[in-house]
Amino acid sequence: MSLKSTQLPTPTPSGSRTLNPTSLRSRRFSLPRRPAGTVYRGREGMWSWVLHRITGVGIYFFLLVHLLDTALIRVSPEAYNAVINTYKNPIMGLGELALVAAIGFHGLNGLRIILIDFWNVGTRNHRLMFYIVIALWVVLLLGFAPRHLMHVFGGGA
Amino acid sequence: MAVTLDDPRTKNVVRRRGGRNWEKWGWIYMRVSGLVLVVLIFGHLFVNLYAGGGVSALDFAFVAGKYASPFWQVYDFLLLWLALVHGANGIRTLINDYSISPVGRGLRRLLSPHFLMKSALLGSTVVLLILGTLVIFTFDPCPATSNADLLPSFCAAVQ
Ligand code: HEM
Repeated sequence: MSLKSTQLPTPTPSGSRTLNPTSLRSRRFSLPRRPAGTVYRGREGMWSWVLHRITGVGIYFFLLVHLLDTALIRVSPEAYNAVINTYKNPIMGLGELALVAAIGFHGLNGLRIILIDFWNVGTRNHRLMFYIVIALWVVLLLGFAPRHLMHVFGGGA
Repeated sequence: MAVTLDDPRTKNVVRRRGGRNWEKWGWIYMRVSGLVLVVLIFGHLFVNLYAGGGVSALDFAFVAGKYASPFWQVYDFLLLWLALVHGANGIRTLINDYSISPVGRGLRRLLSPHFLMKSALLGSTVVLLILGTLVIFTFDPCPATSNADLLPSFCAAVQ
């Protein structure tokens, strides 16, 4: 059925939670300050998405550079070694830590996205899974960072 | 002139001209490749950046030693294709999200930022896939003219 715009009813907020700012202030419980019913708006849902996007783009541009520097093994040992040695200076070493942090988050959160999509209670638990992702990510970095920093700054094996 | 609007409750029927739903396969690819990439990337980082001397041990001899084995050739080949296509398809999503698709036709369309970015993306992806694949499978771990100190130790036996 099609309606002319002049025939459309005036829009009214649907549902019982009509948001009236003045009446809300007196309530004890907190009401959502965002449109209800969206998974990806605000809080953990949105920030995980923002981080997933930023890390994805960051890793992508590193990959472009990394494929080119690795291609130098086809040029000559000298050319490859000259470029790979720049990866060993301290500033690049910190960059590699940031890279592993980005990949770690993107990969773990990617698994969370897959669980949200395919696990029947995934959507209900997306917030809990976000904190599990953060916890695993912290463990990963605690395992990687000290050893990597020793490789870069010397000291240790 | 009266503007007609659909009833708000009308189902959003997407009419397609038939054929495959490529967007759906892209969506599935992101998830399937993501699962495989977790394993491949974790192994890649472990072997090259964590085990042994980490980044400080990387050089031509190290890479040549790895590529002497078909296992690492196939491993890196899969990593190259899965990661680059995954990343490029992700960037395609971003271009679709943040850049307005061209309205015009012909040259106007070809020179729109949206179209130029997608062309650059496709072009760089194809070039890097070919380059990377050639590097992995045409690689010579013991090039004849080189300083032997830079080569993997097994080259001494070969030469
Ligand atoms: C470590 C394993 C990885 C996993 C599990 C993973 C998982 C995912 C998933 C599931 C998506 C889809 C998001 C969606 O469709 O809503 C995605 C998007 C994306 N991925 Fe990955 N990915 C991984 C590695 C990578 C790598 C190596 C790159 C770069 C080359 C990359 C770049 C991207 C980009 C640019 C996007 C698009 C982000 C967006 O649309 O917001 N990912 N990833």
